[in-house]
Amino acid sequence: MKQLLQEFFKGVFIENPTFRLVLGLCPTLAVSTSIINGFGMGVAATFVIVGSNVIVSLVRGIVPSKIRIPCFIVIIATFVTIVELVMKAYYPELSKALGMFVPLIVVNCIVMARAEAFASKNSTIRSLFDGLGMGVGFTGALVIISIIREFLGNGTLLGLRVIDGFEPLLLFILAPGALLVIGMLIGTVNMIARHS
Amino acid sequence: MSENNLFTVTPAPHITSKLTTKSIMYLVILSLLPAGIAGIYIFGLVSLKTIIFSIASCVVCEALFLKFTNKDPGISLDGSAILTGLLLAYNLPPQVPFWIPLIGGVVSILIGKQIFGGLGHNIFNPALVGRVFLQISWPVYMTSWKNPRWWPDAISTATPLAKENPVHVSYVDLFLGNHAGCIGEVCIVALLLGALFLLLMKIISLDIPASFILTVAILTWIFGKDGFLKGDFIFHILSGGLILGAFFMATDYVTSPLTRPGKIIFGIGCGLLTVLIRLKGSYPEGVSYSILFMNATVPLIDRYTRTRVFGSKKKTG
Repeated sequence: MKQLLQEFFKGVFIENPTFRLVLGLCPTLAVSTSIINGFGMGVAATFVIVGSNVIVSLVRGIVPSKIRIPCFIVIIATFVTIVELVMKAYYPELSKALGMFVPLIVVNCIVMARAEAFASKNSTIRSLFDGLGMGVGFTGALVIISIIREFLGNGTLLGLRVIDGFEPLLLFILAPGALLVIGMLIGTVNMIARHS
Repeated sequence: MSENNLFTVTPAPHITSKLTTKSIMYLVILSLLPAGIAGIYIFGLVSLKTIIFSIASCVVCEALFLKFTNKDPGISLDGSAILTGLLLAYNLPPQVPFWIPLIGGVVSILIGKQIFGGLGHNIFNPALVGRVFLQISWPVYMTSWKNPRWWPDAISTATPLAKENPVHVSYVDLFLGNHAGCIGEVCIVALLLGALFLLLMKIISLDIPASFILTVAILTWIFGKDGFLKGDFIFHILSGGLILGAFFMATDYVTSPLTRPGKIIFGIGCGLLTVLIRLKGSYPEGVSYSILFMNATVPLIDRYTRTRVFGSKKKTG
């Protein structure tokens, strides 16, 4: 059990996909403009990572290594399609806001990296916890980035105006602001990691 | 060198100059003063307020950061922070609210300079980082300009470079600074005076400014909006921040190439991008963006314009 928890927390902190591995930056930059979008994207990606990790680890013994990547992609695409359709049916607004980036989870490098580097070599239960950890780490990172961006760039938190008279900095809603925030956060995380 | 240490054995360099980083910084500040005085005269005391807030913000922010990172806070008085603050203020409209130069100064010093390791390590010109940050964040404040004191309307949203409804200003007025614009960029004659001083003191060379301005002139003459080979290149040289940018910001030692060919490539690149943004882009002015863009290419330019090591063989063929 302890090992499994380690597997989980590894993804949240030590190997956080956004801040430590710097993977999946494209969706991170694109959807972290508001907390709702960031959280929605994180949950969608978490579902896909966990699902694909479990299935990939289950079939790891029977998939020939030469065609493993296409197999992984088919598995991942299945889960992405599930997410996409569910989101369209139950959260049409979120689906509209995230737009192209939901189907693009198929090529999200976090999902691919976990399938290739972890799930194809480890037991199903460990892959499950690895996927959960990575998903939570990714969601956490997205939420942190989008809190900063939504507050500075739009003056709101979860769509509610926080301070009266605050003039939002448009830069943070645009891509350069996202890069700045991510850069600063990665620097901060590295600083903390070095001191502990 | 005094008599006493005449026989001291030291490693190279043996030829030392009286020019230090500090004295160069203060000389550049001195050369910028005429443009600032002209700005204050043209737009009134609001410009002085903006300049003071900007400089104070830069110096205090740098001192605090140095203190926080256990370095000597005294370094913040070496002139570079003051120069950054001054250049930032020169790039702002005169009547911006006081917090614009304050935030601009903090961004210039923190994100533009200290994050990279302080003076000498920054990739981008700190003052321009601050300015572009402000420009993107608060476009409304950054694109409404105060007219000269003696003009009837107080605030104008158009400069001579504006794409829609530009203000028509004669060459003489452009040269003297009698039009709306940023504090330090309007009075060309004062800027040229300062630039001449820097050239005579050999603090800057003509390579970057000349290639920058010439490129802008030639390209705006060829592709100007009045038709092929009929562009109004004098207008393009005298308007906007070209003179300020070419002489005082593109020539920043830290963020410009080291060799002569490199400097010329850098200047041409800046000119090319400026013309592209001015004539084809959605922004009216592109000097700051083009300098920042070319700043990013400086390591590459330096790599390909390396000088031959003394004594090594010339490449043949």
